[in-house]
Amino acid sequence: MLVVLTVITIVAAGVLASVNAVTAPQIEKINAENLAAGIKAVMGSDDIQVADPQEIDAFTAYSINDAAGAALGTAVVTTENGFGGPLKVLVGFSTDGDILGYTVLEHAETPGLGAKAGEWFQDKILGMNPGKNNFTVSKDGGEVDAITASTITSRAFLKAIQNAYDKVIAGADVTSGATRPAGKAAVCNGDNGCCKAENSPGCDGDCHCDKDVTACDIETPEVIE
Amino acid sequence: MDYVLNLVLIIIVAIFVNNVVLAQFLGICPFLGVSKKVDTASGMGMAVTAVLVVATIVTYLIQVYVLNVFGLEYLQTIAFILVIAALVQMIEMILKKTMPALYQALGVFLPLITTNCCILGVAILVIQKDYDLLEGVIYALSTGIGFLLAMVLFAGLREQLDLVDVPKPFRGVPIALVTASLLAMAFMGFSGVDGGLKILFGLQ
Amino acid sequence: MNNFKVLVNGIIKENPTFVLLLGMCPTLGTTSSALNGMSMGLATMCVLILSNFIIALIKKLIPDAVRIPSYIVVIASLVTVLQMVIKAYAPDIDKSLGLFIPLIVVNCIILGRAESFAAKNGPIASIFDGIGIGLGFTLGLTSLGAVRELLGTGSIFGFTLWGESYGMLMFVLAPGAFLVLGYLIVLFNKITKKA
Repeated sequence: MLVVLTVITIVAAGVLASVNAVTAPQIEKINAENLAAGIKAVMGSDDIQVADPQEIDAFTAYSINDAAGAALGTAVVTTENGFGGPLKVLVGFSTDGDILGYTVLEHAETPGLGAKAGEWFQDKILGMNPGKNNFTVSKDGGEVDAITASTITSRAFLKAIQNAYDKVIAGADVTSGATRPAGKAAVCNGDNGCCKAENSPGCDGDCHCDKDVTACDIETPEVIE
Repeated sequence: MDYVLNLVLIIIVAIFVNNVVLAQFLGICPFLGVSKKVDTASGMGMAVTAVLVVATIVTYLIQVYVLNVFGLEYLQTIAFILVIAALVQMIEMILKKTMPALYQALGVFLPLITTNCCILGVAILVIQKDYDLLEGVIYALSTGIGFLLAMVLFAGLREQLDLVDVPKPFRGVPIALVTASLLAMAFMGFSGVDGGLKILFGLQ
Repeated sequence: MNNFKVLVNGIIKENPTFVLLLGMCPTLGTTSSALNGMSMGLATMCVLILSNFIIALIKKLIPDAVRIPSYIVVIASLVTVLQMVIKAYAPDIDKSLGLFIPLIVVNCIILGRAESFAAKNGPIASIFDGIGIGLGFTLGLTSLGAVRELLGTGSIFGFTLWGESYGMLMFVLAPGAFLVLGYLIVLFNKITKKA
């Protein structure tokens, strides 16, 4: 009788292996397609080239160029703890750090309340810049209206985007010392925040700048054309 | 330290905030089926807790040292349910020989546990949530305690219901479901507690 | 019993949701909207029809002592195949049903029908039993989901009737699941016992 059970198990495993061989590539394909569609949606453009993902801390960043190769901005996958569990958001930033679009990838928020985050913020945060705007809910003195009766979800959502901005968009310049694309460089001068903050790349300890292509002050970079 | 606080958080969330029965809807069959008396309800709760912990350890080891190693993740469901079924049988036999008193108390519930979806559910969730073994065991244990708590509370309410004149069409399961609804509503009061605790513990 | 009777029996007399009270976990856990409830019902129905059919075919080859483990292996394989197919071709359904897809394995309806029907009847009759019980289950889940969605968010199958501002959110949340199921069972009993 053990023989019968073994045979059944082996047959079952064989069937599963063959079905898996068919569906596994399809699952991968559909995930890749969904991500590509998501990136297009949050960047607000269909003609884009997506660079290989970069892992920066807990964030996954995709540098985006347009069809001609000019920099459009960055799409970032960012996660924060919401009300019911992790809230995973894909958000698109322009090269200046303005929000181009977002989409909620995964959430466990309350249906009918926090779950509305997918649509709620669409007309509220587009065009905002977490570096310039006060990117918190109005209850906390910020500029964004929270979802009715879902302040915790709203806070988590805004924090997810703020973190992505701080670590990936602004932080790319400060922490890794990467240069900004041509035409977007900032100048360090002794007055701006760059030298008051600790050793920002591009500045020496005495508030003198040794190169002018790195963004130093993440709050108000001066742009030279 | 953070690790310990994280474990405390897992315990509180699993028992109160995300109660296995009242918030996640796992293990509803025994919740409705064996909750007429507090004694049987607590017996079932303890049996489930014991099996949960043992099953989580075994399925975790199988996932990490067999399925992941050989790239057989797609056999997860089939492997887990067979392991759970075999395990329940084994626990039953061992209890019968070594601890007849405990077997007397829990034995009748054991065969029912194989098809209790909270065992398979927790085994899969531990893998999905990327817990390590200790976190998994703590999670399984506190899920079991949450189940026990819900069972005992619900059985207590149902014992009182027997003394009440319930409208005829509601007698039996319907009034039990309405009662369960009120109990679930009470447990909703815990929602969001985990976020506050996380800040309190400095985990965020 | 002819096949048509088997079919109707599953929908009304032995309705798994309202009469037999089997498979309560997915019934309560996946019915936050009519569409979710229907997807879960149909997924379960697929597994039920196939498992009934296969078990009716191979029942003579299986020794009695390993009957239950063999059934579980068959059901678990079918569920895994279904899970892979849903992940590959309908990822949205996979997202909304989540954990409850692998948990179809431990749905008492499926093992219950294997034991009480497929093990005693031919493959064709077993298919009809699967369709009947499956439809009954789908009907139960869809109506439960529809009532919860309507009361909770003011829409049905995603079509807005009176808008979310008049919805009673409790019905979409956990307490609403228990409450609506309780009242639907009362209603079902009233209707079928008078008729």
